[in-house]
Amino acid sequence: MAQTAANRAEEALERNGGGFVRKEWRQFKKHYELTLIVLPAAIKIFIFSYLPMYGVVVAFKNYRYDLGIFGSEWVGLKNFEFFFVSEYAWRITRNTVLYELGYLALTTVCALALAVMMNEIGRTILKVYQTALFLPYFLSWAVVFYIVFAFLDINNGVLNRLIEQFGGTARHWYMEAEPWPYILNIVALWKRIGFSALVYYAGIMAINQEYYEAAKIDGATRLQMATRITIPMIMPLVAILIILAIGSLFSGDFGLHFFIPNNSGMTYPTTDIIDTYVYRALMGIGDPGMAAAVGLVQSLVGLALVVSANAVVRKINPDNSLW
Amino acid sequence: MRKSFSLAELAIHLIFVATTIAMVVPFLLVVSISLTEERMLNELGYRLIPPKISFDAYRYIFESPVILSRAYGVTIMSTALGTFGSLLLTAMMGYGISRRDYRYNRPVTFFVFFTMMFSGGLVPTYILITQYLHLRDTIWALILPGMLSPFYIMVMKGFLTKVPHEIIESAKIDGAREWTIFVRIVLPLSAPALATLGLFISFNYWNSWFPAMLYIDNEKLVPIQLLLVRMMQTINFLTTHSEFVSRLNVDLAEFPNLSARMAMTVLAAGPMMFVFPFFQRYFVQGLTVGSLKG
Repeated sequence: MAQTAANRAEEALERNGGGFVRKEWRQFKKHYELTLIVLPAAIKIFIFSYLPMYGVVVAFKNYRYDLGIFGSEWVGLKNFEFFFVSEYAWRITRNTVLYELGYLALTTVCALALAVMMNEIGRTILKVYQTALFLPYFLSWAVVFYIVFAFLDINNGVLNRLIEQFGGTARHWYMEAEPWPYILNIVALWKRIGFSALVYYAGIMAINQEYYEAAKIDGATRLQMATRITIPMIMPLVAILIILAIGSLFSGDFGLHFFIPNNSGMTYPTTDIIDTYVYRALMGIGDPGMAAAVGLVQSLVGLALVVSANAVVRKINPDNSLW
Repeated sequence: MRKSFSLAELAIHLIFVATTIAMVVPFLLVVSISLTEERMLNELGYRLIPPKISFDAYRYIFESPVILSRAYGVTIMSTALGTFGSLLLTAMMGYGISRRDYRYNRPVTFFVFFTMMFSGGLVPTYILITQYLHLRDTIWALILPGMLSPFYIMVMKGFLTKVPHEIIESAKIDGAREWTIFVRIVLPLSAPALATLGLFISFNYWNSWFPAMLYIDNEKLVPIQLLLVRMMQTINFLTTHSEFVSRLNVDLAEFPNLSARMAMTVLAAGPMMFVFPFFQRYFVQGLTVGSLKG
């Protein structure tokens, strides 16, 4: 009772010109404890994610390490020009987008299929399958390189030995460009499917069991339940994950494309993506300005892609959109 | 009525068994190579079942354990510090923005979420860390850049949104302050989410090579994954210059010591391989990304 009276007094004060600032300040005081709880993470994110956003000005400068961001000379759009007239611009853009689309389509379809099937079998044996499925997800790309190398090694690799056994001739996998689209898609699927399948399975678990019971009473078969209940019910989750993935359409998987083809120059026509190119431009060629320009284009296109993907999804079905 | 054994179910099991084999066998191949004598590798190629088991490769590594133990030390240190810090900050941020009654809920959520869609990119981050924060060749370069993932924060938020608000309200009425509520009530309730995210975060740290590749030159700070990367670069040289190497009359059986490299790979992946099955049961519970939205 006393509190409401106090509130009323405050409100009266506000009406009589307490002002926006004072009101905000009072609100802030009321919420400062939660603000303190989110503050450490917010500071960390500010330093490591937002400060670099300002650093994109490097893309418009002839960056020199001794002069720093502020001291380096402005060069306008020269870094962008330099990149876009190079023969690599088209190649790495095409590679990045096509690979990401390939990984996305392949992983989503296979993981969804596995997740739906997981729902159909007993929990005990499922634990075993899940553990196995998850194993590759927990290996680093550096480790995966050695696994793939055991298959592709020119002299002793499993694949070449098999080819020779069937009368073929061994191939020098790391020196050829054309097999890599297949190799990279297989490796990507192998590594990612466990995680995706589990995320979808978690989504399926969250579906209200009453739908299934009602369907059972109506005499639905398990296949019907899977196609009429399970799949439509996890579509929102699929949509959200696809929107997020579309955002990274332009920022491929550095580890996959750097390690698995062993950073071998002969495979660049089919393995080089924007990320690996930027890395080499920064560390190898030593051109931070151009690397930053490529990176900025990458981030901007990524942002545009998420926003438009979300807009499209919202047009089709507002419930599935991200915001 | 007993459920009859259906053909469909058999097919599903067959698919899963095949998938399981495809997932596990490649890794076992590496284990097998690490257990094979170097000489036999060149004669017979890589076999899934070693013709004769030999621990030479492991003996070779453990004979000069300084490099390995130092690399393990760096990896364990950065994993432990990184996971603890990251988990704590993720939980705090996730809790803050999961509270609907928190006035700055929406702007802060956007602040976090926006980093998922736009970033300055590699170059500005590299310049910031090396030129302005001076973290090159420090353990912090391995820990700080990867510390907070907006995705994990959203997962945490999704989990905490399900904590009934009445619990928090009643604690408030009992006079608890926000920090007390967080430590005494929210953290214990979120054990499954913390276990899941903690596992993922620690794996990210254990497996991370990118910061090390960018920021570490000091031999004493090389984590185990970077060690693998460096060995790989040597292989790169050998495979692209194989004619050159054979013309030099280098005894390949002695030189590249492939089984030792594979043993190193097993040692780098091994510890976490033993850990993760124990956390499996939390996965489905902790990973409810369905509530990502909002």
